[in-house]
Amino acid sequence: MAASGSILPLSLRGVRFAAGGRNIIDGMSATIGAGPATIILGANGAGKSVLMRLMHGLLQPTSGEIAWRAQDAERVRRGQAMVFQRPVLLRRSALANILYALELARVPAAECARQAMDALREVGLADVAHRPARVLSGGEQQRLALARAWALHPEVLFLDEPTANLDPGATREIESVIKAFDASGTKIVMSTHNLGQARRLGDEVLFIHQGRLVESAPVDAFFGEPASAEAAAFVKGELPWV
Amino acid sequence: MDTLGQIVALSLAVSLSAVLLAALIGLPLGAAIAVGRFPGRRALIVLLNALMGLPPVVVGLLVYLLLSRAGPLGEMGLLFTPPAMVIAQTLLVLPIIAALCRQSVEDAWVEYEEQLRSLGAHGLRAAVTLVWDIRFSLVTVVLAGLGRALAEVGAVIIVGGNIDGVTRVMTTTIALETSKGDLPLALSLGFILISLVILLNAAAHLIKEAAQRRYG
Repeated sequence: MAASGSILPLSLRGVRFAAGGRNIIDGMSATIGAGPATIILGANGAGKSVLMRLMHGLLQPTSGEIAWRAQDAERVRRGQAMVFQRPVLLRRSALANILYALELARVPAAECARQAMDALREVGLADVAHRPARVLSGGEQQRLALARAWALHPEVLFLDEPTANLDPGATREIESVIKAFDASGTKIVMSTHNLGQARRLGDEVLFIHQGRLVESAPVDAFFGEPASAEAAAFVKGELPWV
Repeated sequence: MDTLGQIVALSLAVSLSAVLLAALIGLPLGAAIAVGRFPGRRALIVLLNALMGLPPVVVGLLVYLLLSRAGPLGEMGLLFTPPAMVIAQTLLVLPIIAALCRQSVEDAWVEYEEQLRSLGAHGLRAAVTLVWDIRFSLVTVVLAGLGRALAEVGAVIIVGGNIDGVTRVMTTTIALETSKGDLPLALSLGFILISLVILLNAAAHLIKEAAQRRYG
């Protein structure tokens, strides 16, 4: 995998992202290190998705700096993958969707097929490898998106509310796949507004509120005794900002 | 009736060739404009959209001037031949296919952009992926072009000359027979023309539906 050490940690320094005359991310500083699964927690509209896109490099900050430890841009890009809330799959077979990603990552052709099938097996989709991706169920599509990201062997996997559109059964399946990735040493950075999910999958929590990082703590500490009033209210299910 | 069959066959041959050529140029062109970012892009899009409404007689006139004895391509001797009609219809259909393809690909790009960028697909690679992924929608785009080609009379009558047995197609025959007062023949040809268009569209629609059921 990584040729010379980790691309992590990822550090954000005074990151601001403005759109439509509004600061969606407002002066955020944080360090995301290797190891514990990081949960970006916050209400709808807190700026979670924008933050994920900034970290993944899909958006550029208006001001401030986002830097990986590794300097080589190509290595940084190859070292990460992202799964979106709504999976975008190509109109071809499940297997071909993964092969497409592997080709783009310049994985040697001889290894593509094996790596792709391994990834499908990992998420329990080996038996639908040759079915068209777009006719799979919502949960299967998201698992395929996970397999596609997984096949790339990323060091960091960004997950943007991966279960927000799924029913409880499919959500459980996705969560167990994420747990397996976590256990295999992939750094998980996942956004969610689901408290139960944050507890089940997370090791540390970055709680964001109105574009600001309000609290950063280990999961147990965060849920046991939130340090900030906003986090305490969010955990209790109150909505003080409405 | 032999001549009638000949007329229908020539109509189809000319228009299908023109649409094939226009698709070969127009689909990549539309996709490139959709995904590319270059100076003058917006002006080009406006121009392309405007050219969709190009009057066939004007295209006919321009191609006539190009191909006439004194024109720059006069030596090729193409005027009043089926190839001249194919050239004129290709020019007529090209903006339609390119403009509609540009719109379809751009709409798809909105949906796919983040995912493709995340996977590292840029530029040409992204455009090819998009076009292939929306290939079933592009069938409709090509059909719009075919409808235009089969229906137009202005361009083919000018560059073809409506010569009996050589460049006479359905629309030019209808125009001629109507002016001669042979309304039954004109009407029956009109009926054949409309039936053909409906048949081609139905076939394409069925193919598209089956493909969508298969690939989602």
